[in-house]
Amino acid sequence: MSQRRNILIVDDEQDLLELYQALLSKLESTPRVMIADSGKRALAVLASEPFDLLVTDLNMPGMDGFQLLTVVRSKYPNIRTVVISGVSDDQYRARAYGMGIDVFLEKPSTDEDIRTFVDCVEGVLTREEAGGFRGFQSMSLVDLIQAECMAGSSCVLKITNGPIAGKVWIKDGDVIDAEAQSLKAEEGFLKILEWKTGNFEKLPEEPAHERAILSSYQGLLLDSAQTLDMAQAADQGLDGEGEGEGVEGTESLSGFGQITRCNGVEFVLSVESEDAEKVKSWGAESPDKLGGWAHGQLAQFRTIGEKLNIGQLKQAVGVGLKRHVALLPGSSASLCVGIQRSFSPSEVRETLKEISVKWDS
Amino acid sequence: MEKLPSGSFRISAAGEISASTIPGGFPRETLTEIGEMFVQAFRTAQEQGIPLKELGLDYAGAKITGREARGGAVVFLTPRKF
Repeated sequence: MSQRRNILIVDDEQDLLELYQALLSKLESTPRVMIADSGKRALAVLASEPFDLLVTDLNMPGMDGFQLLTVVRSKYPNIRTVVISGVSDDQYRARAYGMGIDVFLEKPSTDEDIRTFVDCVEGVLTREEAGGFRGFQSMSLVDLIQAECMAGSSCVLKITNGPIAGKVWIKDGDVIDAEAQSLKAEEGFLKILEWKTGNFEKLPEEPAHERAILSSYQGLLLDSAQTLDMAQAADQGLDGEGEGEGVEGTESLSGFGQITRCNGVEFVLSVESEDAEKVKSWGAESPDKLGGWAHGQLAQFRTIGEKLNIGQLKQAVGVGLKRHVALLPGSSASLCVGIQRSFSPSEVRETLKEISVKWDS
Repeated sequence: MEKLPSGSFRISAAGEISASTIPGGFPRETLTEIGEMFVQAFRTAQEQGIPLKELGLDYAGAKITGREARGGAVVFLTPRKF
């Protein structure tokens, strides 16, 4: 069964963010949809766990959509990107496509626009699931090479996987050489076949290029498939040995990791009671500063509680303009949690109960 | 310390209490301390990029809520009845 997909939507208009989130949460593939109201916050969320799709606005104060896409392209080359913009300018569109985005859409304003938006996002997610290369989305690299060889082509296939690129030289329907990073010939070919997504470009033949691979393309593809199968089986054997953060099955996550999966949680940060600099965070923009703030506030709230003789502080809940923030004191460490603005007070209370249970566990 | 009364008061950004329904016997300096804690919490939250309009503190024996009011705060004291 495929993993639940993670989508991040970025827009400085909170109402639109919540609308997009509601729309995309209802997709057939039931993705997990997170939101960020700035490029800076988006980068903090992206750093917390793997995402499959980024949906971003372009015009935003501070870091705009183009700047965000530049960083995302270099740091997370495999993430699919959809741009939704209120500006329908052709130059904007061309510039965005030039940065390797998957889809450019105008901000939906009618029911039909909304349907198009939802269908496009579902389409991109489905293509992501199937793997494939831009321009040949439903085909694997093996399919592409096979097609070129069967057609008896002579060409150079340039395959880009994020910041790295590889080449496969084909002459008269045979693979004669390959290169990826510092690997050459068969080793380079195998490395390229490990890439599940990327960009693909067909370049003219290089007649002077010397043959370095002597096997037939069928034998080469068969050998590669076997090697990749063995590598995949070895990877699966290692499952469960990691810490579990960023893994979909919540039963394998720590208490902290499970909190990040609670509905409406935008960020979580734990700070040790004895040392405000010992901070663990997920989705927080400036964890050290926020940890220090949470630690200081809790100390003040506790002090005033002791002075007034009104017992232990159980929790502090802030109703925010951008998001709600809760501080949950603990004996060895305390939590600072950001919760989606659209949550009502009763929903916030329910979420905090759930978080307390998971934190205690 | 005198038992926490029920009521509300307003404190300005400068720390001055301008209106109050708290009984006069309760120490004014304690009210100022509570109020300033909220004013400072709202200000520092804003600096952290998490502006708040309300903050509720749940203690075992009382709930104290502050609402942001033009840099100051309106504070509600609600002792729990056992």
